[in-house]
Amino acid sequence: MTTPQDDHWLTRPTTIRRLWTGFAIVLALTVLAELGIHIKGYFGLDDWLAFGAVFGFLACVAMVLIAKVLGLLLKRPDDFYRD
Amino acid sequence: MIELLPPALILVASAMLTGILRGRARDAVVLMAPLLTLWLIWRVPDGIVLTTYFLDYTIEPLEGSPLRRLFASIFAFMAFAGALFAFRQAKWYELAAAQAYAAGAIGVSFAGDLITLFLFWELMAIFSTVVVWCGGDARARAAGIRYAAMHLLGGVILKVGIEGVMVDTGSIEVQALVLDNFNTWMILVGVLVNVAAPPVSAWLPDAYPTSSPTGSVFLSAFTTKTAVLALILLFPGESVLIPIGLVMIFYGIIYALLENDVRRILAYSIVNQVGFMVCAVGIGTETALNGAAAHAFAHIIYKALLFMSAGAVIYQTGKHLCTDLGGLFRTMPVTAFCGIIGALAISSFPLTSGFTTKTLISQAAVDEGLMAVYFLLAAASAGVFLHAGIKFPWFVFFQKDSGLRPPEAPWNMRAAMILMAAACILLGVFPAPFYALLPYEVTYEPYTAGKVLFYLQLLLFSGLAFFLMLPWMKRTLTITLDVDWLWRGLLPALWRRGTAAADGIRGWHGRTLQPGLAALGRRLGAPLGPAGIIGRSWQIGSTALWVAVLLMGYVLFYAI
Repeated sequence: MTTPQDDHWLTRPTTIRRLWTGFAIVLALTVLAELGIHIKGYFGLDDWLAFGAVFGFLACVAMVLIAKVLGLLLKRPDDFYRD
Repeated sequence: MIELLPPALILVASAMLTGILRGRARDAVVLMAPLLTLWLIWRVPDGIVLTTYFLDYTIEPLEGSPLRRLFASIFAFMAFAGALFAFRQAKWYELAAAQAYAAGAIGVSFAGDLITLFLFWELMAIFSTVVVWCGGDARARAAGIRYAAMHLLGGVILKVGIEGVMVDTGSIEVQALVLDNFNTWMILVGVLVNVAAPPVSAWLPDAYPTSSPTGSVFLSAFTTKTAVLALILLFPGESVLIPIGLVMIFYGIIYALLENDVRRILAYSIVNQVGFMVCAVGIGTETALNGAAAHAFAHIIYKALLFMSAGAVIYQTGKHLCTDLGGLFRTMPVTAFCGIIGALAISSFPLTSGFTTKTLISQAAVDEGLMAVYFLLAAASAGVFLHAGIKFPWFVFFQKDSGLRPPEAPWNMRAAMILMAAACILLGVFPAPFYALLPYEVTYEPYTAGKVLFYLQLLLFSGLAFFLMLPWMKRTLTITLDVDWLWRGLLPALWRRGTAAADGIRGWHGRTLQPGLAALGRRLGAPLGPAGIIGRSWQIGSTALWVAVLLMGYVLFYAI
């Protein structure tokens, strides 16, 4: 049911597949680059290979989980205050 | 002679002229006055320039220093960029209020004494409230009243502290204070209200998103950043600011993740970004204070850019919820592109202003051996990319096709966005000239291969986390309760409950208690009544009989 106007090249499934592939390659490259470029660690832990990648990923997962739990407690309909 | 003119006065004058003039003349004043102010700011020399007397106090309304000029410059630049964004769309009184608001921020920047600081502080509170009210609907009016109440309360606390310091020390100079007495704590609390530190952060995401699409651009820039400057001037190196800053950082991220209103996402992210600055002031070394100042400068630009991008979308579509938006990249490519630049800058992507300024703060944590702070800041950098860097552009410009096909933003809005986007890139690509403006000498090198690679790993894998967890991030038509629930929810509920109880008591009094008491009164009063056993009249014969009985009893009793 998409009209030609809606079928923007960015939204086509093939483009999205290509974007994911490109993204995966870039992610892999940032980790592989560490074999050639030394990331200076300051506190021991951060000397590990791909520390930035793992830390960034896990930190985000943790924050989304915390937000999710907090949301269960604190979310209200958006007309809650009616003011 | 011109050096003796406080730059803030130019904007006070132009605010007044904005109300008098019409058409092109008004446009010219609105756009030129900030530039003239900027020129004057750079003519303010170091040290105290102007001295006057009030009661027994020495008032120093104009004191120059690299730090003060840096903040005043970005405020003046912001007044210009905001005016460029708004001058064809905003109402004249919003433009006038915004200029007076900017004048307040510049006045605070150059205040050499606490009285001047307080006066300009209040000028900001008053005119920022007017900017909030320019949102024009009932929501904006109510939020504006809450905003004003919070800032006037903060002002009173600040004034209590200032009065105390005046009485105690006899000095009203703006200088580093020590948190060892009630007065300095009061000053700190007064400043922290404006910083939007917990537990009173809620005023910011409550008020800013209710203003007009142009008003929030001004609001994003001045109040919190003047408060950061005040912290640098008054409380450098106070370690209590480190945990406060860290709480602000994570509060901002978590609440922004839960939020559905586009501008409220950005408002929470102001709290988050200012948290980085507050934390840096708490660390307090030269690198840290440079980092706080530089980050405030860069933040004003990219945050205004993000609010411009959101404002342009709201202006063109009339919609402000993620659930209503999406797919706008098709017809608003310039707005989308500039919004993405702002989003990358706030995420401190390499080659943007966020990278060259925020990493200064991380470096300061490393230099001081603050391991936990360093790792928390790194986690927060990932979180910023999550909540602002991807979430904002994704839900507004991509996500689903909302079916909306608004035309691109008007030319002046586009020009302002392009100007700010260019500034984000310039500060990111050529940091050296900017570093030269910072209060202390910078020996820091942001672009080492290792550092760039670390941040690319950190941010890109945060991006991966975002897209993998996208189903969990689906926006819902909800708000998230904050501490302001105490006075927006609980207090009114208690009030309603209290008045209902009072009504109940009144009703019970009228229906049950009063008739009951009356009946009881009647029953108790019955013996006294004309027919009662005590009140009724007795016949003389029976009285004589009773007297005889009593006398007989008496005689018998006596005989025994």
